[in-house]
Amino acid sequence: MAKVLMKGNEAIGEAAIRAGCKNYFAYPITPQSEVAEYLARRMKDVGGVFLQGESEVAVSYMLFGAAACGERVFTTSSSPGISLMSEGISYMAGAQLPVVLVNIVRGGPGLGGILPSQGDYFQATKGGGHGDYRLLVMAPASVQEAVEMVMAAFPLAEKYRNPVMIIGDGLIGQMMEPVEFPDDLVSEPTNKDDWATNGMDSRNAGTPNIVKSLHLDSKILNDLNLTLKAKYDRMKKEEIRYEAYNTDGDYRVLIVSYGTMSRVCRTAVDNLKESGFEVGMIRPKTLFPFPLEAIRKAAQKDSCKAVISIELSMGQMVEDVERAVQGKKPVEWYGMCGGDIPTPEEVMDVVRKLG
Amino acid sequence: MPKTFRKPEALSDAQTHYCPGCTHGVIHRLIAETVDELGIRGRTVGIAPVGCAVLAYNYFTFDFQEAAHGRAPAMATGMKRVRPDLIVFTYQGDGDLASIGMGEIIHAANRGEKFTTIFVNNAVYGMTGGQMAPTTMPNQKTTTSPFGRNVEEVGMPVKMAELLAALQTPAYITRQTVIRPKYITRAKKAIKQAFTYQMERKCFSFVEVVSTCPTNWGMTPVEAVGWTEDTLLPYYQIGDVKVPE
Repeated sequence: MAKVLMKGNEAIGEAAIRAGCKNYFAYPITPQSEVAEYLARRMKDVGGVFLQGESEVAVSYMLFGAAACGERVFTTSSSPGISLMSEGISYMAGAQLPVVLVNIVRGGPGLGGILPSQGDYFQATKGGGHGDYRLLVMAPASVQEAVEMVMAAFPLAEKYRNPVMIIGDGLIGQMMEPVEFPDDLVSEPTNKDDWATNGMDSRNAGTPNIVKSLHLDSKILNDLNLTLKAKYDRMKKEEIRYEAYNTDGDYRVLIVSYGTMSRVCRTAVDNLKESGFEVGMIRPKTLFPFPLEAIRKAAQKDSCKAVISIELSMGQMVEDVERAVQGKKPVEWYGMCGGDIPTPEEVMDVVRKLG
Repeated sequence: MPKTFRKPEALSDAQTHYCPGCTHGVIHRLIAETVDELGIRGRTVGIAPVGCAVLAYNYFTFDFQEAAHGRAPAMATGMKRVRPDLIVFTYQGDGDLASIGMGEIIHAANRGEKFTTIFVNNAVYGMTGGQMAPTTMPNQKTTTSPFGRNVEEVGMPVKMAELLAALQTPAYITRQTVIRPKYITRAKKAIKQAFTYQMERKCFSFVEVVSTCPTNWGMTPVEAVGWTEDTLLPYYQIGDVKVPE
């Protein structure tokens, strides 16, 4: 298919449909409302389900109900909305439901602002709701990558029976870029008869399926959490994705950056290279599982004097970068979190001082 | 001798965890009878609440989901939107539906979602140990209203059936009880009617069942029936509140 110019939020909505998901529940919130506006029309064309819920809390349980019936379902929201959905996300993780959520992150805490931010890193990767659970979290750096991650998210959610979150800052949702919807990312839903409450007649079964997260017996609850942990460990083995940029030769500083911020950093790396100052960059595409090993190895290079996490928050991912580097090299942080994005020149100034 | 009375196929053999004199068991049975008579066991999905009926899925022989506190109507909405052919009901208590889940039930009813809600109102939080509910009666003593519900401080008990019936969207809204055999017959008819409206994809259907909680009321089962008749039923009046045209 030829490339088309699309706004990030609309491309995200279209990607879900192309991936085979025709059920969407959402609540309006800036800067992602265009997804709902796009799908309110588009779902009519494809005979899908569009429903604007009364709150993000309710939306998260509409997802639960639909997913528990065995159907593909997704939502989009932005930071304060994801906070409200976090109760339902915990229940979905506990009930092991494959659901796809997109968070077009805005500034916080509280109402914060509506400009780009990466301040929900902790919320997405460390568990925004209660209990011992993880989401598989992917972070696109372009509209095209957002499309591909949304399309890949549905089979991944089904593979692990776990919610998958795509976390993009406001710029990913708002900017227009040329995109295509790769045919090889179209997937068929897996058969869910062994657990879904799709009605016994639908699966020719004589025994009921029960979808729940309540386990009053301590041993059973412990076993469930061990099952969940095994899934998260498997994600760490099989799903880590990242891009290494300018890391083949020697470099004096290693940048770790993701999403929109990584695109500014890439320009900074290129500009510094022209002036003879080599900088490598690791760009995590999955935030959980996190590319600890890739960062550890890249930081170990003899020429590398320091590692810096550059992010649109007051220092969240930097804690995972420190975990990766394990004290072997100094780890610094740089970023902004009011909605402005550092320029390549600002990044270059900070990086030069480290090497 | 021919069998004249049997356990509905939709009820399981599980031993009950409900207290003596509690009416949950009767209501479960009426739902199971309805599911059997309508021949819908293979496409019915129930939703258990948080509260005394949190384990309701143990007592039925069809698919079940377990909800977070108050969120069952949102789950039912998601289910019916993606699988309109399924028969879906929520089973909720007064703390669940009238307090923490007030938003979800009102909006589901207002959208005219084609599922059924069985609302068990016993004027108290049961599972957590007898705290005050939105439906607790004036001056009724509970563990969190030890001097009796003070309506000056916390308002009057909420009449959910009337509140939902005030919405302009067509619906079947009825209030029943199961404290005497004559009432049980009427409640059964109402529950069957509610499921029938759902099967016809006609409207949202809501059956409030005024129920007893001898344990948390501090009464014998017999006293609880008397208190229901003397105190609850004059305020929560039995009968259809709204029927679809």
